[in-house]
Amino acid sequence: MADSFQLEIVTPEKLVVKDSAEEVQIPATTGYIGVLPGHAPLITELGAGEISYRSGGQVHRFATAWGFAEVLPTRVTVLAETIERPEDIDVARAQQTLQEAQDALKSADSEAEVETQIAKVRRAQARIEVAEQKNV
Amino acid sequence: MASILDIRRRIRSVINTRQITRAMKMISAARLRRAQERALAARPYAQMLTNVLKSLVTRADTYDSETGEPLHPLLVRRPEQNVLLIVVTGDKGLAGAFNANILKAATRFLESKRGKKVQIVAVGRKGRDFLRRRFRAAESTSAGAGSDSQVTLVGEHVGVLNKIDYALASEISEQVIARYTHAEIDSVYLVYNEFKSVIAQRVVVEQLLPVEHIGAPEIVEASSEMELREKQRAIDAAKGTGVSLRPADTSAVDEAAAKFATAPVDYIYEQPPRQLFGSLLPKYVATQVFHALLESVAAEHAARMTAMESATVNAGDMIDSLTLSMNRVRQAKITREIIEIVSGAAAAQ
Repeated sequence: MADSFQLEIVTPEKLVVKDSAEEVQIPATTGYIGVLPGHAPLITELGAGEISYRSGGQVHRFATAWGFAEVLPTRVTVLAETIERPEDIDVARAQQTLQEAQDALKSADSEAEVETQIAKVRRAQARIEVAEQKNV
Repeated sequence: MASILDIRRRIRSVINTRQITRAMKMISAARLRRAQERALAARPYAQMLTNVLKSLVTRADTYDSETGEPLHPLLVRRPEQNVLLIVVTGDKGLAGAFNANILKAATRFLESKRGKKVQIVAVGRKGRDFLRRRFRAAESTSAGAGSDSQVTLVGEHVGVLNKIDYALASEISEQVIARYTHAEIDSVYLVYNEFKSVIAQRVVVEQLLPVEHIGAPEIVEASSEMELREKQRAIDAAKGTGVSLRPADTSAVDEAAAKFATAPVDYIYEQPPRQLFGSLLPKYVATQVFHALLESVAAEHAARMTAMESATVNAGDMIDSLTLSMNRVRQAKITREIIEIVSGAAAAQ
């Protein structure tokens, strides 16, 4: 069994990553999934969270808001609606969004409203997490 | 007759204009190249998404097996009462008939939807200005008269086209999806200038919602292809600018994208296919909008490039004819002076 697989991360605007990786973690809506080479074929939707992959011992990390992934034994393709590198994230803004969304959540009166605000909270949290781990 | 000085002044002014139009043409050519690259870069995502959806359609029962009713709100067809039209034009003029053609198509479309309520979302300043001038009045008179044809401008996105990003497309599509899901509108159309290459473009009206065929946008109406003369002008304009005349080669990208999520294996679905389909379909709509925006931007730059090339050529012609008449005037003046001297000398004898 090969010890690496092809990884592609694609956004609506461009191909962001085309690399060989030894391991990737993706934020499926049902929880994080770690993928090693030779993984069984899998299709999943991604929620807000962190995509990280290890390539040549180096770990690369990104924040995403929504995505979709196909896992094959030798290839992983991630469609991500947004991709942000930790250094590009404006933590202060994310904090502010988080605060606003949490406040809006308390006063939300419809189910749809609650859902959109929860999604906002998740996205903001994901961005903050990705950005802050980098500084550690 | 104008004096030599006047004509010389005019020549100088036309030369200056020609310099400006030439520079504008080169700028448009550079922007066009960039827009084409962006459109190409956006292709894998759109293609992959389309492919996943196509393969999901067969697995997820998108239609109720008993009643034949679609199970996703974006597939539902309703009698068309309220129509939403997204008009994509440019922010700036000086692009030949680019904006006029789109607005003409939009107006024709509105004619065809007479009797229904039409709401318009304008993208681009030129379209917004035109539609606002035209329909603000229509709205106030028809409200009182109880007219059965109502056209209102409900949204606008202005000054966004020179740094277009997916977030804009996503915002537009989320708005229309929300309203479609709430049955406020029964169909959504897009009118924009399609761009395959400098010599292959047309204005199309595309049906965005309800989604009819995934991967094959429903073109409701399309203008005819460019005339030979227009094509020739575009070819001349593209010369020496590094802009390719052929449509970009997408076969490699498409082939790679075609493999996405369609391997002949049994996938584990983390979520039920129907749920996946449900969350992917809105994204598909967003990529359609994004695609339209990207093509429109490319087409605008191409139109401006062609228009500026024509302007440069026309300025050259004008300089030639002005130079000719200046020389004539000078000649006439010299001749007159000689006659005066000769006749003066003759008189003195």
